[in-house]
Amino acid sequence: MKIKSKQDIFFDCIIYSLLFLCCLITIVPFLQAVTISLSPASEVNKYGLHLIPTSFNLEGYQKVIQHDQIWIAYKNTIIRTVLGTFLAVALTVLAAYPLAKKDLPHRTFWTGFIVFTMYFSGGLIPRYLLVNNLGLLNSMSALVLPSMISAFTLIVTRNFFMTIPESLEESARIDGANDLYILYKIIIPISKPIIATITLWYGVWHWNQWFDCMIYIMDKEKFVLQYVLRQIVLEGQMSDSEMAITDVMVVNTETMKMATLVVATLPIICVYPFLQKYFVKGVMMGSLKG
Amino acid sequence: MQLRGMKKQSNEMKINRFSNTLISYKKNSLFFLMLLPAIIYFVIFHYLPMYGVTIAFKDYYILKGILGSKWVGFKHFEDVFSGLFFWPVFKNTLIISFYKLMLGFFAPIVLAIMLNEVSHNKYKKVVQSITYLPHFMSWVVLSGLLIEILSPSRGPVNILLQGIGLEPIYFIAEKSWFRSILVGSSIWKEAGWSSIIYLAAISGIDPQMYEVAELDGASRMRKIWNITIPSIMPVIIIMFIFATGKIIQDDFEQVYNLLNPAVMEVGDVISTYTYREGLERMNYSYAAAVGLFKNVISFALVMGTNYIARRTSDYALW
Repeated sequence: MKIKSKQDIFFDCIIYSLLFLCCLITIVPFLQAVTISLSPASEVNKYGLHLIPTSFNLEGYQKVIQHDQIWIAYKNTIIRTVLGTFLAVALTVLAAYPLAKKDLPHRTFWTGFIVFTMYFSGGLIPRYLLVNNLGLLNSMSALVLPSMISAFTLIVTRNFFMTIPESLEESARIDGANDLYILYKIIIPISKPIIATITLWYGVWHWNQWFDCMIYIMDKEKFVLQYVLRQIVLEGQMSDSEMAITDVMVVNTETMKMATLVVATLPIICVYPFLQKYFVKGVMMGSLKG
Repeated sequence: MQLRGMKKQSNEMKINRFSNTLISYKKNSLFFLMLLPAIIYFVIFHYLPMYGVTIAFKDYYILKGILGSKWVGFKHFEDVFSGLFFWPVFKNTLIISFYKLMLGFFAPIVLAIMLNEVSHNKYKKVVQSITYLPHFMSWVVLSGLLIEILSPSRGPVNILLQGIGLEPIYFIAEKSWFRSILVGSSIWKEAGWSSIIYLAAISGIDPQMYEVAELDGASRMRKIWNITIPSIMPVIIIMFIFATGKIIQDDFEQVYNLLNPAVMEVGDVISTYTYREGLERMNYSYAAAVGLFKNVISFALVMGTNYIARRTSDYALW
């Protein structure tokens, strides 16, 4: 180890504390949300910082548990995420493989055909009218089909496949295996890192999506979690059905809002270590190769 | 005679080339079949809406459909550009996006350079894990958090302000603060995440360069300025081209979730405006015209900056 000069130590101090400040700014809002979700209403309304819970109260979470709409939405989101991710990953891998192969006729054209959609689109209204004309409104298909494959992810996957040495496939081809079999038996097993990556990309995307639900879905029974969360946290609405049952105006407390927020975010936090690892990997794979 | 012969020859060549193409498709039919579902998907959900853009030049009438509606030329564009409501929205978009581009673009570079100066590996990892976190959350969650921490009575920001003797500010509903909140929160969400690309670029720098500089007695700032930044310049340029394309692609999810009646005047942007006109008021053709205008500008921006980058440096997207 070389000895650090005074100047270096000073420099380190500044960098370390600036980064510490960055972390603090990032983490404080999350701390506040968790604390408020755990505090009794009286404590929340008191003036002062709410970063560490001083007294515990699970009323907020109790309200969330009793809230039927949240659980319906939870179920819908899980179905959507699993279905949407499965379809997206399957079709992305299936399309990325031939695009990585020189044998595909008009390969440059087909790649350009897909890349072009990243830079130009019809826009919101034509897209909405299309979904409407296809008769997909108010169904799970409207959430899964219109944005099934991401062009960017497809290109990242293709770039990964391009790095696999040709010789691996050749021996299988000599043995008479066809391309689909080669993809399934040879390529997919050695491509686990990229498949894990894009699965998480698509999965997180589906989990966080709410806008398509807002415009395509009318039926309460089909709402997704983030949309219901939006209604509770940002619009302050409670479901009509609940009001009808209890027959009193339920006051939407901050405690309950934050508890909903925590509950909706929990799955992401739970898989966070994996997310981070594979997302970083994916970004690297996609970006550093042309 | 000779001419005709040549023509015949070239026709034959065309036919030959065509049949060659057919043969190569046939030979690789399995490859093409694997690609086919994706092609169908892109045709239906990406190219068909591009055709649907024609409603911007028609009086779209639901019962008649896109094909049956009457052509009206540039009528809707004239309405858009001569109307009172479009220009303030356009101005808001440009101002907000400009600040997002300027500040939001450099924040991750600064963060990456700072992270690179950290020699303590564990500290570096912790900082990264924390700063990546907001990237994985939806704007619904983050807006909820933001409103909470900026609240006049409970928010730490206001408590801090009062601590130093200032009046609390109701940030979210304050016109003079709203744009800063949009810019600040988008940096908060993405800076950590966007720094990955620059960190990767930095890790590719030859360590010998730093060693040589050290022998010459260069300070840490000097090394950052003369080695780190020039070495990652290609990546910075490419990322900048990407970013300019977004200058008019305002972040709908963010703005829509934070927008409230009090700040409409300064916070309403093209995408929220398109949404309201198109899907809430059902002015389909008018909104499609606004959307098309936006897409054309954004496309031109990407192409333009790419062209300039290719002309002035060796780095470009294509």
